[in-house]
This record gives sequence, C-alpha cells and structure tokens, in this order.
Amino acid sequence: MLARTTGRGGEDAAPAVRAEGVSQTFDRRGPAVLDGVDLTVAPGEFVCLLGASGCGKSTLLNLIAGLNRPTAGRVTVAADRPALMFQEPALLPWLTAAGNVELALKARGVGRPERRAEAGRLLRVVNLGGQSDKRPHELSGGMRQRVALARALAQGSSVLLMDEPFAALDAITRDVLHEELIRVWTEQRLAVVFVTHNVREAVRLAQRVVLMSSRPGRIVREWSVDLAQPRAIESPGVGALATEITAQLHQEISRHGH
Amino acid sequence: MATDTTLDTPRGTTVPRSSRAVEAGLDALDTAAVPGARRSVGRVLVRSVMPPVVFLAALVGVWQAVYLAKVKPTYALPGPATVWQTFLDTVQDGRAAEAVWTSVSRGAVGFAMSLVIGTLLGLAMWSSRWLRAAVGPIVSGLQSLPSVAWVPAAIIWFQLSDAAIYTVVLLGAVPSIANGLLTGFRQVPPLFDRVGRVLGLSAPGRVRYVLLPAALPGYLGGLRQGWAFAWRSLMAAELITYSPTLGQGLGQLLDIGRELSQMSLVITSIALILIVGVAIELLVFAPLERRVLQTRGLTTGR
Repeated sequence: MLARTTGRGGEDAAPAVRAEGVSQTFDRRGPAVLDGVDLTVAPGEFVCLLGASGCGKSTLLNLIAGLNRPTAGRVTVAADRPALMFQEPALLPWLTAAGNVELALKARGVGRPERRAEAGRLLRVVNLGGQSDKRPHELSGGMRQRVALARALAQGSSVLLMDEPFAALDAITRDVLHEELIRVWTEQRLAVVFVTHNVREAVRLAQRVVLMSSRPGRIVREWSVDLAQPRAIESPGVGALATEITAQLHQEISRHGH
Repeated sequence: MATDTTLDTPRGTTVPRSSRAVEAGLDALDTAAVPGARRSVGRVLVRSVMPPVVFLAALVGVWQAVYLAKVKPTYALPGPATVWQTFLDTVQDGRAAEAVWTSVSRGAVGFAMSLVIGTLLGLAMWSSRWLRAAVGPIVSGLQSLPSVAWVPAAIIWFQLSDAAIYTVVLLGAVPSIANGLLTGFRQVPPLFDRVGRVLGLSAPGRVRYVLLPAALPGYLGGLRQGWAFAWRSLMAAELITYSPTLGQGLGQLLDIGRELSQMSLVITSIALILIVGVAIELLVFAPLERRVLQTRGLTTGR
C-alpha cells in the first residue's frame, strides 16, 4: 500500500538539491572539512548522509540550508528556503506549540486567521492536535521534536533538511518518530536530506544512504535501499544492509587510527 | 486517531504495530500530570507569611531586651513602644502618607525615565560594537559607584531642585538597566538566531520575534536592580537636598528626625523606606519575574 519506487524518481525534473565540487575550510591553513563533495537529491527523494563524527555532514547540511557559504563549489536548491530541523527541538520557550508553528507561517507572510487554522492542522499531522496551547517545557522530548517537525512543515518547502533530529531521544520514541516521519514524507512528497551517525536509522529511513569519510569529508560510497516502507528497524532486511554498511564505516574510521 | 496496521511487505519486513496508539501512549506517559502543587491559603500562611512574622517578633523582643538593659541612653535607643507611638502619630497626622507619596512618585518618574534611557542605551550598545567597547567599561564602572557621590555635583548644577534629585536617580538606575538588557542579549542561545534565519525572518523580524523576547529574563533582572538603585539613590538625594521649596519625601523626613534628635522618627522613617522597598518588590517585580520564568519552564515554583 505504501509501495514507492526507490529509484531516483523523476530523472528529468530539476534536482531538489545539487552540490557540485563543494569544499569547505574554516581555518585558512587548517584541513578541509569538506573536499570536493558532489551530491544530487531528486525531488521527493529521501537521502541519509551517514558518517562518523568530523565527517562534515552537518557542515554540508548547513551549506545546503544556506546558513554558510562554501569555500569552493556550488550548492543549488530547488526550494527558496529549505526547511531545517536541528538535533535540539530549538522551540522558542515563550511561545506555545501552536505559536512556534505560527511563527514559521508568519515568516512566510501567511495572514493571521489562516495561521491559526494551518498551525492546528500541522499539529494534527504530527498527532499533537490536543497540545496546541502547551509550552515547550510542558512537552516531552519526542513531542517537542514533533512540534519542530510541524514547524519545519509550516515552512512550506519542498526540501526538508534534518540534522540528527532524533539522536537525543530514547529508542521507543525514536521508533515512533521514524514511522511518523516516513508517513509525513510519503504524504507530502518532500525531498529529505537526513544526517545521522546511526547506520540502522539510515537504512530504516532512506531510499539512498550516502557514506562520508572523515577529515576531509568526502563521499565514499552509496547504497540504494530497495526495501518497501514502512520498514521495521529490527527487520532482517534492514539488519543485513546495516551490517554491510557498518563494515565499510568501520574500515573508514580505522584509517584514522594510524 | 489510532489506526491499527499490520503490514506484510516483501523480504520479511513485517510491521505489526499501531504506531499512533503507541505514540499516544508515550505522550500520555511522558506528560503524566505532576501532583498538583495547589497552594491553599493555609499553606501560604504557614510557609511564606509565618517565618518573617516570627523573625520580626524575635527582633522586636531583642530590641526590647536591649532597651530594658539600658545599653544606650533612651534618647539614642527608644523602646519599641515609643517608636510604635511615633509611627502611629506620623501615619495619623498624614506626614507618612505625604512622604511616601512624594518619594514613590519621584521614584516612579525617575525609574520611568531611567527605563527609557537605559533601554535605548542598551540597544545602542548592543547594535554597535564600537559603542560597546567605548561605553561598556564606564557603564559597568558607574554601577559600582555609589550614586550619593553625584549629589554634590547635582546640587551645584541644578541647585536644590527636583532636577538635582532626578539626576542622581538616573545616574544610579540607567547603568543597571542598560547592562541588564545587554546581559539578556548575551544569554540568548545562538541556536535561536539560527532558527530565525532558517524560518526566513528578516533581520528586524529576528530582533522583534526572537531576540527581544529571548532576552526578557535578563532584562527583567536589570529592571529589578535598576529600581533598587533608583530607590537607594533617591533616598540619598532626598537626605541631602533638604529645602522648603521641595516636597517632603521619606529621605527628608529622616533628616528632620536627625535635626530634632528624635530617634523614634528616624527609626519610623527607616521602617517606611523598608516597607516601600519590600512592597514594590513583592507587588511588582516578584510576580512579573515569576510569570516570565514559569512561562518558559525556568522555575520549579518552589
């Protein structure tokens, strides 16, 4: 029922995200954080960027988000302003759940009456219909991250960037949020770039997993995941591919030991 | 809302679960109502009102004992009963109300001016790195300079007038308010600004909807300290600038007590100054701060 072709759907359409020869150096004499990265994400495609710490995956995400400029190379994004979710929910604590979502709508110039209704609808999308008037500190970590997802959706972008958004959550909550995210992605046909260092999470979610090396960050290899959604994180299919990717990841990390 | 799904998909990825039901269950568990800390009148009396009352009673007891022991001559240390009588007399003949009204209205006007000037100064210092480097150390230094030090200068500039009093109040309160606002800005997590940029808010929009509200707790702390400094400076100014043309404030009442060597009036004046200070704190700043902190989950309410 939720079958979805796992290829790079829409080859002729303009890509949602394209990075060409992107390099990033923060300190002029220091080592490159990113070195000649090429990445293309098709509209509606779900890509996970995977790598150990220091591989520059968050740096790449910030470049795609337009928060930084690359030292060399070019980043083009189909959407005006991609939506971005951080590892922390990053909700503004003086606003209610609905208020946080409404701020994203306001930034887009949505009028006040529509804002109210649209924020309510988006909170129902993430199953928080009854919590509109709660403040962030009255919600659990998982609920806050769902409000953050609703806020990201409120940006109305066709590209959603996620920077380890579930890393700080417990396993049960993370499981539920994976399902929630896949449901939203299926319904809204977003291109998603999801950064993680959790191999199973990457295989659980993505159509394509991109492995990055550390210092400098380069793209080492990629896998397309031909498992139908929704997948269970503990399923044998996910496990088998995760084992294969983990082996390659360990090999990459060991290179830094000598 | 829960939809039960059992999905059989190829390659053995069977997903038997009802995720929305699990989600709803987790939400309910995570936000289980904390046993309500309902504050009954009786508990408030026992916890907040009784301790200071008991302490005050003990203090008066010690005072009475020292008085009876004649450690100091009676004119220097009158007993609690004498002072209470003077207090009542001062209240009944209207001098207390007049002094309190004069001082509080001066304090309010001075504080309002300080609020405007201090806030503008803080904003200017925040937006200009150069101004911050140039004025910052002086503003911080002024905070530790007792504002009584300005009284002679203010009198030479403005004679014995309200202008002299307000000058001293402003010099006492403005630095605290400006610094409080700066501290508030500095404490804003950088993540909030990134959120504003990701959402596509313009620079003024980020100030209006993210930076200013985020800085509110620090700013409130500055206002509270600014009021305390304004009130102290006002008392110092009133104590020194006695003139029949000026209204009679609490500081002046205190000085009359000294002139007449009437210790009971001196103590009465001090008590009135304290009462006003505590009342403003309890009625204005404490509730304001509690509200802001509770909204943001920054206090347990203990």
